[in-house]
Amino acid sequence: MSGFSASRVAAVMIKEFKQLARDRLTFAIMLLIPVLQLTLFGYAINFQPRQLPTAVLVQEDSRFARSIVAALRNSAYFQLTAQVRTPAELDTLVRRGEAQFAITIPGDFTRRVVRGDHAQILIEVDASDPSATGGAVAALASLPQQALAHDLKGALGPRAMAAPPFEVVLHNRFNPESITAYNIVPGLLGVILSMTMVMMTSLSVTREIEHGTMESLLATPVQPIEVMAGKLAPYVLVGLIQTAIILILARLLFDVPMQGGWTGLSLGVGLFIVGSLALGFLISTVARSQLQAMQMSVFYMLPSILLSGFAFPFAGMPAWARALGEMIPVTHFLRLVRGAMLKGQELGDQWRELAALAAFVCVVTALAMARYRRTLD
Amino acid sequence: MTGAASLAIDVKGLNKSFGDKHVVQDFSIQVAGGRICGFLGPNGSGKTTTLRMLCGLLTPDSGTGTCLGFDILAQSEQIKRQTGYMTQRFSLYEDLTIAENLEFTARVYGLDRRAGRVDQALERLGLTNRRDQLAGDLSGGWKQRLALASATLHDPQLLLLDEPTAGVDPKARRDFWDEIHDLAGRGLTVLVSTHYMDEAERCHEIAYISYGKLIARGTVEDVVAGAHLVTFHGEGPDVGKLVHELAGRPGVETVAPFGAAVHVSGTDRKALEAAIAPWRKPPFKWTEVEPTLEDVFIKLMGQAQDNYA
Repeated sequence: MSGFSASRVAAVMIKEFKQLARDRLTFAIMLLIPVLQLTLFGYAINFQPRQLPTAVLVQEDSRFARSIVAALRNSAYFQLTAQVRTPAELDTLVRRGEAQFAITIPGDFTRRVVRGDHAQILIEVDASDPSATGGAVAALASLPQQALAHDLKGALGPRAMAAPPFEVVLHNRFNPESITAYNIVPGLLGVILSMTMVMMTSLSVTREIEHGTMESLLATPVQPIEVMAGKLAPYVLVGLIQTAIILILARLLFDVPMQGGWTGLSLGVGLFIVGSLALGFLISTVARSQLQAMQMSVFYMLPSILLSGFAFPFAGMPAWARALGEMIPVTHFLRLVRGAMLKGQELGDQWRELAALAAFVCVVTALAMARYRRTLD
Repeated sequence: MTGAASLAIDVKGLNKSFGDKHVVQDFSIQVAGGRICGFLGPNGSGKTTTLRMLCGLLTPDSGTGTCLGFDILAQSEQIKRQTGYMTQRFSLYEDLTIAENLEFTARVYGLDRRAGRVDQALERLGLTNRRDQLAGDLSGGWKQRLALASATLHDPQLLLLDEPTAGVDPKARRDFWDEIHDLAGRGLTVLVSTHYMDEAERCHEIAYISYGKLIARGTVEDVVAGAHLVTFHGEGPDVGKLVHELAGRPGVETVAPFGAAVHVSGTDRKALEAAIAPWRKPPFKWTEVEPTLEDVFIKLMGQAQDNYA
């Protein structure tokens, strides 16, 4: 009777197959994950992002300046999104992350090119995400040689032959040494919080249903919003402790700069924690079992890591993927955390991300309340 | 209280379907305050569904009525406040201690003097020494008593018990029923579903439900008398074998071994006597007896099945 019996293996195997086939959602998720994730992320992720948002400040209206702008425009790496008039405007765009490159063509540019007198253009790079801008920075090397090739003819011909007619001064901002950890570690705050918060509450209602305690709970006068608030509150505290641990370690182990923006950051952490918990609660009202709740949480985590700008440059994704990414709270939280820690963003720069997170909290809470069953019907 | 208000439960024409299964059909019942009413019926007959509709856990598809004077459709919040519901499956938190479970209940109902009430309940249960033990570690009987204590902590006026003693030993069941009678003595109305005949006999009145329909209603004596059943008690060597021979003979509606004897019942006395005639001689000994509640239920169950088919 002992030993290995193929028929006993078959008995267990057939049972497993039947149970798997009966749990339709699990089965669907197992089939959907490869198809959806592969097509979604295969097309969305791009290690060599192009079309990066670029702002230009042209301080002289000249043929040369126009040629340089045209050359940038023709390059696949840059997309001119704004033409500004003052250095302050340029600075704001970069600090807010609306432009990853800020190009300044100074007022005496043409004069210096003609004289051969160290003509320069200034390109400021938002280096907070070094992987996003690397390719574009490399492409800038050939700009001086080519941009003015058509203009430097006739009397100015020799200018084109000799050394490049002008020089590109690169200025890496926010993360001058391009240390990847400065970008990844603040991002991890969002990913870790999201992973733990969503998962913890996603089990909360399904656990009560599985253990049968939901029936007793529903027979009491407790209201849905009271259940939700009560279930979320302990995890808000857990989330705050996690945040403190991550920030302290980021400082001690990785020496991540903390430039400021603490008010906005604190607000953002609070909103993000509550929003993630509320999402978990919503999942919990949809899932029929704890297993399904876990699967949905995982299903949510993948885009949160891949489409949020955490693992891959946000600007490098096609428009549809960016639109999807905008709907994920991690995306906004990452911008907020990186903006505060690396750029020292103030409330004026942060309000849009804060508003997005607040909207997320409201929508998810409303959905969860609509889904929450007050009866066993 | 006026006459109408003294009815703890007064519902008419309740219906509930799940998918194409019509689980409760045109169910009407009235239960006076302070009574213990037993719900009996085979598995799947709609007992749990009915109890859940009464306490607002399920919404009836149609029907009207009141519980404790509150409308069952519009005022389920008020009903919940004054009703204790004990589920069929243990539904307290197994990973909380006995005392913590009671404290939770006290808080959810917004009770005053929380600590006092919890201590009192523990005292009554005799669990004061074990208050810090996890509820999940209790034996079946203790779990049921704890669940009852939790369901009555807020001094409800109506208690709904869904098979409260399933899987509990006879001693614990007896204690449990003594407690229910105590509660009813204090004016609480109790609706309890059960499969046990001895428990049915401890109820003031019973309601027999089958396939979602109320079949019989009244005191145990009423229900037994209302069935118009004639029962013979047969003894003799190997009398158990007669069960198969008697089953299916005209006039025999139920036949069942009864210890070392056999009970045969039918509504038609003549036909029944004809059926047992071949064995009505020594060594067999037949005596006519009062039908038991069990005889009546087995007959009712068979009848309902016939109606359903």
